[in-house]
Order: sequence, then structure tokens, then C-alpha cells
Amino acid sequence: MNAKQIDQQQLLRDEKDPLTHTPVHLLSLENVGKHYGNIVALTDVTMAVDNGRVTCVLGDNGAGKSTLIKIIAGLHQHDEGVLHVMGAERKFGSPRDALDAGIATVYQDLAVVPLMPIWRNFFLGSELTTGVGPFKSMDVQKMKDITKKELADMGIDLRDVEQPIGQLSGGERQCVAIARAVYFGAKVLILDEPTAALGVKQSGVVLRYILQARDRGLGVIFITHNPHHAFPVGDRFLLLKRGKSIGYYDKKDITLDELTAQMAGGAELAELAHELEQLGGHGDVVKEVQGEMAGVEHSTGKAYT
Amino acid sequence: MTQVAVQLKAPDERVAKRNPLQQLLGRPEVGALVGAIVLFIFFASVSQTFIQPASFATVLYGSSTIGIMAVGVSLLMIGGEFDLSTGVAVISSALTASMFSWYFSTNVWVGVLLALAVSLTIGFINGWILMKTKLPSFIVTLATFLMLTGLNLGLTRMIGGGVSSPSISTMDGYTSAQAVFSSSVNIGGVDVKNTVFIWIVLVAAASWVLLRTKVGNWIFAVGGDANAARAVGVPVKATKIGLFMAVGFCGWILGMHNLFAFDAVQSGEGVGNEFLYIIAAVIGGCLLTGGYGSAVGGAIGAFIFGMANKGIVYAQWNPDWFKFFLGLMLLLATIVNLIVKRRADSSKG
Repeated sequence: MNAKQIDQQQLLRDEKDPLTHTPVHLLSLENVGKHYGNIVALTDVTMAVDNGRVTCVLGDNGAGKSTLIKIIAGLHQHDEGVLHVMGAERKFGSPRDALDAGIATVYQDLAVVPLMPIWRNFFLGSELTTGVGPFKSMDVQKMKDITKKELADMGIDLRDVEQPIGQLSGGERQCVAIARAVYFGAKVLILDEPTAALGVKQSGVVLRYILQARDRGLGVIFITHNPHHAFPVGDRFLLLKRGKSIGYYDKKDITLDELTAQMAGGAELAELAHELEQLGGHGDVVKEVQGEMAGVEHSTGKAYT
Repeated sequence: MTQVAVQLKAPDERVAKRNPLQQLLGRPEVGALVGAIVLFIFFASVSQTFIQPASFATVLYGSSTIGIMAVGVSLLMIGGEFDLSTGVAVISSALTASMFSWYFSTNVWVGVLLALAVSLTIGFINGWILMKTKLPSFIVTLATFLMLTGLNLGLTRMIGGGVSSPSISTMDGYTSAQAVFSSSVNIGGVDVKNTVFIWIVLVAAASWVLLRTKVGNWIFAVGGDANAARAVGVPVKATKIGLFMAVGFCGWILGMHNLFAFDAVQSGEGVGNEFLYIIAAVIGGCLLTGGYGSAVGGAIGAFIFGMANKGIVYAQWNPDWFKFFLGLMLLLATIVNLIVKRRADSSKG
């Protein structure tokens, strides 16, 4: 994914209207904040998710991305601000609550149980059953068939859905998790760093699934620290840093270079260069940082020294 | 991207076809099954008595007294937890039934039902404390084990004035309760204890729950990765507490058998038995770390235990060697389990 090849105008022209028009946002956060004891993990975050749109959340490690998705996914509760789902104010008590509201999350560690067969993982927590009363059993054959079909639709043809999911590759497991969320009628799909542990090709595959999910009318929240992955698929961009929002843009208002510059933080790079020099850092490293700074200055038109 | 799609669409060529034998070898209880067959042939060849129907019924009976508990303990271990209080909890249950009905002169069945409530409550408390404190189950159930040991001895002496519960053989309901919990069925001239059938029914029920119900799916999930299970909406706490209560239920059945096999219980019994149940489950292929195993495996583990225990007697060897055998079996079984887990964990990405 070479940055130069991504033409903003081209992307904007290809932009489709949302599949459905809702008067309210599918999901919106206003001034949401969270603290753990006296540690402020997140303050004043505002964002929105719509049908058929991808909202990207960008930030470096410790920026508060994980806290944000944990709030939306129901693993934690926010202390400040409001969270709206389809216009109604909500506070999720458990992941089950969020799931019932149509919010599905594909976690970085994928929330799959490695030793369990693929089909058991696919339906975990939402098993299909037949029969009544105490003799209610799982509809095993149907579950296996659906798993096979849904994954085939995603482009993975599995020989054996009985195989432990731990034996699949990272990209394949990602697909199982996305296919699972789509199948269970998620309206909002949260993807936590889906490309972080993947190679270039596999990342491309996952980005394509993000667009597929978008085209099926889902609202997607794509969390990443890689602007090169976020920019081609995103419609809105929320930038986080140290638990604060440092920018919230529509695609038409920002370029990839600007996004990268904001992420990299020109001022911090300058500081780092000074520090390295003072510490008698290796000349090459200092030069490298200065070179990167020059790049950032060039793209933003600001000087940091 | 088309290249990637093609590559993903054809995973078959990267995965060798497994023949039925290999598929069978992937089952958790296969190691134990092979061990059981080897052990059976071994004892059958060294001892003529071992293969006689009457002795075999004795072996089965011995296996069932371990196996009934191993069912619950296996499920619990698949669910990723451990219970060290099972051995004495069995005796607590038996003591509750006998002491209550004796002290208040009620029908024995009242005591039996109260014992069920007590057993389930012990399981519930174990699970509840575990979920509340998030301490390792080893510590929590070790504490329960010690407390129950003390309670068994202390309360028995306080109420009955001895180390053994008073005889209840003349009380109302004793005969019918004995028929349910400790009787024999004559099959082809051989008396088979009914605990053998209770054991088989429990194993079948547990296997069905584990493999064919959503609760079974949850048990595997909470043992395999509790955080992942919670994230997809599995009620982790309820599942784990339920598993401890299932162990309590098995303990109640065995406790009632112990009581009605005679008519009194020794208050100091049961210590150390918890390890036998865990050993049976481990030999049967349940992973100590959870998420893998089967109820049938636990049953085979118990059967191996029963064979080794009685087989040494039939072969007229010194029973001192029994523990050595047991240790060796345990070591071999754990090594096999380790290999299984490594293979399942290895990613082919």
C-alpha cells in the first residue's frame, strides 16, 4: 500500500451514499470519559457511526483506543458523557447487553477459544437449539453447515469445521470472527486492530472484508494505529492521544499525509531528536528522526524546531 | 488481491487428509483407552481370577465408586477449575444425612434430601467464592477441604459423641434408601452393584450435555478461554458455579452410597480421595489447564484405577506397588495430554 497511489479525489468520487438513511446516528458518543480510580483513561470523546460507513479510530499505544471500544462493547461503563444507540441513551452492563443492541466486537485476540472446533467457536454464546425443555440440544448439523457456508461466502473454503480454530492462520481466524459478527445480525461492527498482527497480503484481505461489511449496511468502527490502512476504507476519522480526542474529521476534510502527520506528532519527533542529540545518540538515528520531521513539516506546512 | 483469494480458497492442499485412524487419535480419551486395553490384557494374562465374571463385577464396582465422582470432576476440569474438597465433601454429605435423621428421628429420606441441599450448597459456595475473589480454585477449595475435614470430625463428636455416625439401619426409610443407593442386580448369576449403572447413566448424561447442548459448549469455552467466552456473551460465572454444583451432586450420590452400603460413616474418611478423582480425569485426557477432555475419558480413567487397584490383588502381588502403578499411569497420561495440546495450539498460519 504505497501512500502515493491513494488518490483522495478518486476515493471520494467512489464514495457511495449510505444504504439506508436514518434520521439519527446508529451509534453516537458525546463527551464520553472513563477513569480507573485516579487514572484518567479517556476524556471528552465525541464520535458517530452510521449505516454503511466506516469510522476509524486512530491512535498510538496507550491512546485510549482499547478503553473506547471496551465502553462501546459493554466490557466497561463510561463515567462521563452519553452513549446513544439509535438515538436512545444507553449504558451497557455487560457484553451481552451490547450484543443484544446489535453491537458486535472482533477483538484483537479475536475472542475465540483455540482448542474448540471452528463451528463451536462460530456459534459460541448464540448456539442454535432444537427440542424442548430439559432435552433441548444443539442443532449440530445445521450449525456446521451454516459455519461452512458463511465462511465460504467470506472466501474461506474449509475442509473440516471440526478442526480446532487454533490451527487456522491469523487472517483466517479474523475472517471467522468477522463472519460470525455479520451472521448474527450485527448493526455495528467493532474491529480492534484487525491488521496489527498480519502481513501485507492478509491485511489487504481483511480490509476488503471491512468494505464488504460496510456494503452490507453495517456501521463499522475500525481501530488501528496505521493511517495507511485506515485512510482507504474510512469515512470518518477520530484521532486519539493520551486519552483525548485530538481531531475528528470527515474524509473530505483531511488527506492521508495530514492524517499521518497528526498521528506521528511532529512536535514530539522534534523533542525526540533533541533528546537523542543530548544523550549523544547515534548520528544515524538522529538523522533519521530529523528526516522524518522534515517529511512531516513538508506535508503540514508547519515548522517544529 | 485475487491471488490471496485463490490461496485462501484452497487450504486443502496445505492440510493433509486425515484417515479415520488419525481422526480417532485426535480424541481426548484415546490415550486412556489404549492404556486401559493394555492394562486389561496384562492382568488377564497374569491372573486367571481377573477375567472371571464375579471378579470383573468387583473391578467395575471399585471403578464406579471413583467414576461417579470423576464425572463431575472431569466436567469441572474441562471448565478450567479444580476441586480439592471433593473427597471430604462426600463424607460431609453422608454424615449430614445420617446425623440429621438420627438426631431428629426423622425418616431417612429427609436426611438424604437435606444432604443433597448441603452438597449443592458446598459446590455453590466453592464456585461463588472463586468467582467473587478470582483466587485460584486450588486455594479456595483447599480451604474448603480443610474446613470440611474439621467440621466432619467436630460436628460428629459434638452430636453423636464419637468418630463414627450412629447406626441408622433400624430407621424409617432405610430399606428403600438402601435399595436406591446400594443394592445389587443379578446379571447371569453375577451380582453387579447398582452404582455401576448409576455411573454409566451419569457418564452418558454428562457426555450428552458436554457434546450436544449449549451448556456443554459453554463448559469448553470457559475452560479454554474465559475472557473470550465472556466477550461473546457466555455466562462464565453461572457456568463455573454450576459445574461446582454438579460436582456436589456427584458427591451426594457417592456419599449416600457410602452411607447405605453400611449403616454408618467414619467422620475422618475421604481425605486423599479428591486426588483419585482428579487422577482419573487426568488419565482420561482432561487437561489440567481446562478446555479439553471428555466425560468418557474420566470414566476410562476410573476404570484403569479400578483395574489396577483390584488387579494387583487378583495377581496376588503386594498391594504396596499399587501407588507406584498409579503414579506411572498419571505421568504417561499427562505426557500424552501435553502432546495433544501442543498439536492443537500450533498455528498453521
